[in-house]
Amino acid sequence: MSARSNILNKLRAGLAGTTPRPDDFDEGLVTTPWQYAAEDRITRLRTLMEAVHTEVHQVTSAQWPAKVQELLESRGLGNLLYAPGTGHGRQLAVHWQRSCAKVQLMVYDRPIEEWKDELFWKVDASITGTVGGIAATGSLVLWPDRHEPRLMSLLPPLHIALLKASKVEDNLYGMMQKHNWSAGLPTNLLLVSGPSKTADIEQVLAYGAHGPKELVVLILEDA
Amino acid sequence: MSQRIPIKELTDSFRGRAVGALADDQLRTNFRVAMDSLMKKRADAFPDEDEREGLRELGNHIKARALSRLPDLLEQLEAKLTDNGVKVHWAETTEEANRIVHSIIEAKKGAQVVKGKSMVSEEMEMNDYLAERNIECLESDMGEYIVQLDGEKPSHIIMPAIHKNRFQVSKLFHDKLGVEETEDVNELIQIGRRTLRQKFLEADVGVSGVNFAIAETGTLLLVENEGNGRMSTTAPPVHIAVTGIEKVVENLRDVVPLLSLLTRSALGQPITTYVNMISGPRKADELDGPEEVHLVLLDNGRSGAFADAQLRQTLNCIRCGACMNHCPVYTRVGGHTYGEVYPGPIGKIITPHMVGLHKVPDHPSASSLCGACGEVCPVKIPIPEMLQRLRQENVKSPAEQPKVKDGGAKYSRKERAIWRFWARLNTSPVFYRLFLWGATRLRKLAPKNVGPWTENHSAPVPARRSLHDLAKAHLNQGDR
Repeated sequence: MSARSNILNKLRAGLAGTTPRPDDFDEGLVTTPWQYAAEDRITRLRTLMEAVHTEVHQVTSAQWPAKVQELLESRGLGNLLYAPGTGHGRQLAVHWQRSCAKVQLMVYDRPIEEWKDELFWKVDASITGTVGGIAATGSLVLWPDRHEPRLMSLLPPLHIALLKASKVEDNLYGMMQKHNWSAGLPTNLLLVSGPSKTADIEQVLAYGAHGPKELVVLILEDA
Repeated sequence: MSQRIPIKELTDSFRGRAVGALADDQLRTNFRVAMDSLMKKRADAFPDEDEREGLRELGNHIKARALSRLPDLLEQLEAKLTDNGVKVHWAETTEEANRIVHSIIEAKKGAQVVKGKSMVSEEMEMNDYLAERNIECLESDMGEYIVQLDGEKPSHIIMPAIHKNRFQVSKLFHDKLGVEETEDVNELIQIGRRTLRQKFLEADVGVSGVNFAIAETGTLLLVENEGNGRMSTTAPPVHIAVTGIEKVVENLRDVVPLLSLLTRSALGQPITTYVNMISGPRKADELDGPEEVHLVLLDNGRSGAFADAQLRQTLNCIRCGACMNHCPVYTRVGGHTYGEVYPGPIGKIITPHMVGLHKVPDHPSASSLCGACGEVCPVKIPIPEMLQRLRQENVKSPAEQPKVKDGGAKYSRKERAIWRFWARLNTSPVFYRLFLWGATRLRKLAPKNVGPWTENHSAPVPARRSLHDLAKAHLNQGDR
């Protein structure tokens, strides 16, 4: 007998004569306490994210590339990993050319195995899009794909995320239902709610444990 | 004269280790401070009592529903994960689970493994198993890394190094990594970051645990703050997740309340920095993520607990640690006193199913039954009730067929005979009067030394006149 059948048989024997419990999921319990007026949604998200050391800026969809440039230059950073195959990537590239920005643009265009060392140690910052935000917990939803792979939002010490104001939902349950997540998830879906942190030594909070030391969120107010 | 046995002869037992821990001022301070802070954080995270209680009830129902269909859900999970390209393995014992993990690593000729936090891998003692086979298995959670560096085991399931302070960590890093001593926690964390980042880069295989396995979508959900879990499950070419069979939930939406209960109960956070939902290996057009993802489903005694409807509730546990944070015993004796992977109240009710009561005979009784653990449990496991049940199973005779692994570990014929005699004495009026007559008159002969009781208390001496006698006299007076 295989381990699989032994385990399943034991479990089935334990359930002999019982019926499954009904599904009495009460969605009100995970939605009602977490609903916000449209004008409070962004404030809530911002407050929660700032409470865990996230830098948040509200900008327009025309201005944000200049803001990115300013963020990088003020920190004296040398390069930025971006995705030229996305709409926001193209917009960034256009701005970079026009403004003759000095910060070098880098592209995640080959499998990780081909440039692991460089990606782990040499990239200063990255910029990615998000598919939305969650006001209740102050979270970003990242849906990594070919253009913006999983590690793009994890390895660089500074991660800049673009969030369209219209894509902020009240709570996780609403986000899940609205976008019908149960019908199909990507290989890796992420909720990100701040820069990497730990409190493993004396419960003293320290940022920049293994992931980004800084998270900057640019909320595009007119998008 | 004390009858206490010297500590060094007792350190293999809970009692012996407790005596040592209670005498360690530094350890007690470290735990007291940490537990007070964790209790406050949890309280602050649940400001609305109605909301909290509603959510706990829902959490309980979700887990109970999942357990009521557990074999079906495990099959559904397996089918979905297989569709998604994840390979599912089953293991009845920790030995079997280790063999599976080892064979996956060996097939890839792997020599370096980096591990995200996983209590199940602690159950398996995976690090030692792999080390014996010349495979380095490095912990990457900061707390776990510190503990591993010092050759220790975690003392708390959420905060593995909570028993150490910054000076102890600083000294450890200095001794083992050759860095300058520093009392700056930020600097200590940066030392860990630099050291481990190179390890993430080099690792052939990443190992992690699982917080929730979602049958509906075939998804493994992991929560964490550091990013080491994302690193371990994303950077190496192979990811192996190990988990207990009780971690499966039916639907994706079920994780919404469970996630909220978990992070608020554990750390007082509305959510962890990262919620990492893995539904498959790297696809052909993707540029990173592991090429292979494996899930090892481990039983290790869980099906034994499952067999009994009452004890089955143990498997509701979502490993938040709130029960230990609120436990007066845990706070005083610390996690290592329990001598097993899972300390505190949850450890006391889950460990007997894994290792048997012979190995942890004191676990069910190392509690004052104050009830705090049951009150804070986010999925409403009636822990005090379970402890009482385990106490009964612990003293059952073989004829009474105890239901827990190695049940009857504390069964003693002598004790049973004494209790039988005591019951007879108190239920038979003739015997009782006779005993009372004797006890009040021969009170001077009461023993001066009554085992551990008299180490800290004066010996009990029967009164000159019994309550029965006094009451009778009083009533007679009233009649007059």
